[in-house]
Amino acid sequence: MMQAGTVQAVQDMSDTAYAVSSVVKVVLTFTVVMVVVALLTLLERKISAWMQDRMGPNRVGPGGIGQPLADGLKNILKEETHPGEAAGVFFTLAPMLSIIPALVTFAVIPFAAPMPTRWGVMPMVVADLPVGILFLLAFSSLGVYGIVMAGWASSNKYALLGGLRAGAQMISYEIALGLSLMSLFFVVGNVGLPQVVWTQQRMGTWFFFTFAVSFAFFWISSFAETNRLPFDLPEAESELVTGYHTEYSSMKFSMFFIAEYAHVLTVSALLATLFLGGWDIPFLQRDDMLGFVDGRWVGNVPALWITLVTFLSFAIKTFVFIVIFMLVRWTVPRFRYDQVMDLGWKIMLPASLAAVVVTAATVLALDSAGVTFEQRALGFVPVYGGVLGVVNVAMLAVVVWAMDRGRTLSATGSLDERRARAKQTARLRAIELQTAERGES
Amino acid sequence: MALRRVVYNVTRNPELAAGGSLVHAPVVPVAGEVAHPHQDIAGEHMLINIGPQHPATHGVLRLVLELDGETVVRCIPHIGYLHSSFEKLGEYRDWNQIVPLTDRMDYLAPLIYNCAYAMSVEKLMGVEVTERCKVVRLICMELDRIFSHLLWLGTTGIDLGAFTVFLYTFQQRELIYDLHESYVGARITTSSTRIGGMMADLPAGWIDQLNSFLKGFPKVLDEVDTLLTNNAIWVGRTQGVGVISAEDAVNFGLSGPNLRASGVAYDVRKDRPYYDMETYDFDVPVGEHGDIYDRYLCRMEEMRQSVGLLHQFIERLPGGSINVDDPRVILPSKTMAMNDMESMIHHFKVVMEGVRAPVGESWFSVESSKGELGMYVVSDGGAKPVRWRVRGPSFINIAALPHMIEGALLSDVIAVNASLDIVLGEIDR
Repeated sequence: MMQAGTVQAVQDMSDTAYAVSSVVKVVLTFTVVMVVVALLTLLERKISAWMQDRMGPNRVGPGGIGQPLADGLKNILKEETHPGEAAGVFFTLAPMLSIIPALVTFAVIPFAAPMPTRWGVMPMVVADLPVGILFLLAFSSLGVYGIVMAGWASSNKYALLGGLRAGAQMISYEIALGLSLMSLFFVVGNVGLPQVVWTQQRMGTWFFFTFAVSFAFFWISSFAETNRLPFDLPEAESELVTGYHTEYSSMKFSMFFIAEYAHVLTVSALLATLFLGGWDIPFLQRDDMLGFVDGRWVGNVPALWITLVTFLSFAIKTFVFIVIFMLVRWTVPRFRYDQVMDLGWKIMLPASLAAVVVTAATVLALDSAGVTFEQRALGFVPVYGGVLGVVNVAMLAVVVWAMDRGRTLSATGSLDERRARAKQTARLRAIELQTAERGES
Repeated sequence: MALRRVVYNVTRNPELAAGGSLVHAPVVPVAGEVAHPHQDIAGEHMLINIGPQHPATHGVLRLVLELDGETVVRCIPHIGYLHSSFEKLGEYRDWNQIVPLTDRMDYLAPLIYNCAYAMSVEKLMGVEVTERCKVVRLICMELDRIFSHLLWLGTTGIDLGAFTVFLYTFQQRELIYDLHESYVGARITTSSTRIGGMMADLPAGWIDQLNSFLKGFPKVLDEVDTLLTNNAIWVGRTQGVGVISAEDAVNFGLSGPNLRASGVAYDVRKDRPYYDMETYDFDVPVGEHGDIYDRYLCRMEEMRQSVGLLHQFIERLPGGSINVDDPRVILPSKTMAMNDMESMIHHFKVVMEGVRAPVGESWFSVESSKGELGMYVVSDGGAKPVRWRVRGPSFINIAALPHMIEGALLSDVIAVNASLDIVLGEIDR
């Protein structure tokens, strides 16, 4: 169904054009990411205010729009404290190590369909690395070094505990994160992110359904990776003051702060790319395009309007995940350290291993049956993605059921039932007490 | 008596040397009784200070924890950072002047403390307050039970990471603050009671204001209920944590929701009813497991019961005078004092000399939001007590803290501490 574009319309970029465009993309992406991160802090405060019947920041500019700027200025102008016992170089290095991986990972995420320019078609990704997802996993693991280093270098017990927690937590969830992506590799056959988007387009189903288990685990792990509630143990302000960044002030603290939001943004963009079809627009085939493979264009003819619309689509999907991140943060309590470890090692690790096996078997069966990605039953139902999706949703249901064990979903009865039971218990106790008293006297 | 101090060999008091470098003051052992740190302190274990300045100690409680990894091996609570010598101060104040001291003890439920004190002194003096005063005091006490439990709910939520609950509950507390303000003019330090009555009758429209609060409040409580009660994380963090058996709870002298959560149905309102509490219809929620979750459920249900009680109080609020007609304790009206010689002398005597209590002692306890609150006063017949002693529930409840948290994780320490619902103003007094 995909028609290769004509050579006249679609041509690859020259080396010079590639270099120039890369620089432009780096600068633009960095600027946009930093601005979005600044606005995310405002968004978070506005969303929390909305959830908590408050006004939120509204002093700086209309609707508090200048608040991030004021915060940034404040952080730059504040006094920089440096504990006398802190390990100098590492103390300074830690915030940098924390912020750089968070920003760098954005480089491999394709944020729109390729854009046609006078000098050739420009892929809308800063660096289309052939090792895309592996690069992502590697760099997101690097982020933990910054936190552990901050915890150790601060020479503060709270910070040390926070750093230790961060280290243990990140390692635990890194595994689930990696394993949950394994299923995707079977089908995509590549670790490049544009290929992931392309496969979702060909298959006709987004991977949040096709790989429901992976989606759920990746999402949970990403909460742990970004250190946000319910996994904000390294900070745990009520336990460890503010955990690993207790001793940081001024711009150094600000860098940790920016790193957290940059992580949220990157992870949301990643979730959108991996599981919500990236820049894909539902029910539209005009945007199905991969790029150049061995010098040959694969996919539809690119157009500027397609690039713009797909960018919008990508932005909306990312935004949805960001908002959910924030809604969750202001809704749920925090896990305990051992519970986080249990969830990571005892539930998510074996469950994702099992899911990988079952998915692999399904993929093998589908491939041996000769089912192709493009095959549609009744003209519109995707067969390949559909079968995988049904298997995965069933597995996810089993996992949820097993984890819940009738505790949460069916709860402990309705409010009225519980009240009635409490009354009943109280009456029984009172009667017992009276009988006991009578017996004594 | 030898000076009792606890010395840790990891304590360091860094000072700046002339060149600006840090110099650690040597640790000087204190002669006398010294609590030796655990043997393993030099090895794997770590001492960590939770408080007195820490976001989750609910005031200035200081817990010195000995940690093995994140497991608490030993916990030493230090109190006294907020010591204000209220009881001693009371011996230099006349009977009515002590009232402002009481609400500064438990600033989370000031009206209960005001009332408990007044009730104790009235018992000593043999003053029987008017029916209206009784019901008004009961309203005050139940209102502040909600007031205090709401703070507990919010701060426990925050300690476990549920920030939104905190703001939901504080919005409701704000309404109770407004009720305080429109009644007595102050929001926290109410000083509402006087011996023989209240500082003033309820202002016009106050009951309507209370009714509108009671209308909206249960909805918020249900909202919090949906946020927490069945929340898997909340359940996981609270069930089976900080368990104390009924026997231990009694032996530690726990009272209030902390005791009832362990399964002991002891409530002063039921067992030694005051102000005709036995004629009102309410239940006392009792837990089974004695863990944080049961304490949470108990307090949630207590708030609902308090709402029911407040409705009954409003229904039965009689008219008449709020102050008892007893010249020994109550001032004549301003008009009388300005127009009538005898009344003026009476006014002068009561103000200048204070109320006089007969020789004797009295003990009176009420069910405060945190447990059994007892007030013990001894009089030598003068205008001031010779001894005023408070049986503060928080002070006794916190004694059980080390028992509950040794062997638990650091996160549990915060949760258990929050679940005990302590207020340091009253612990340190």
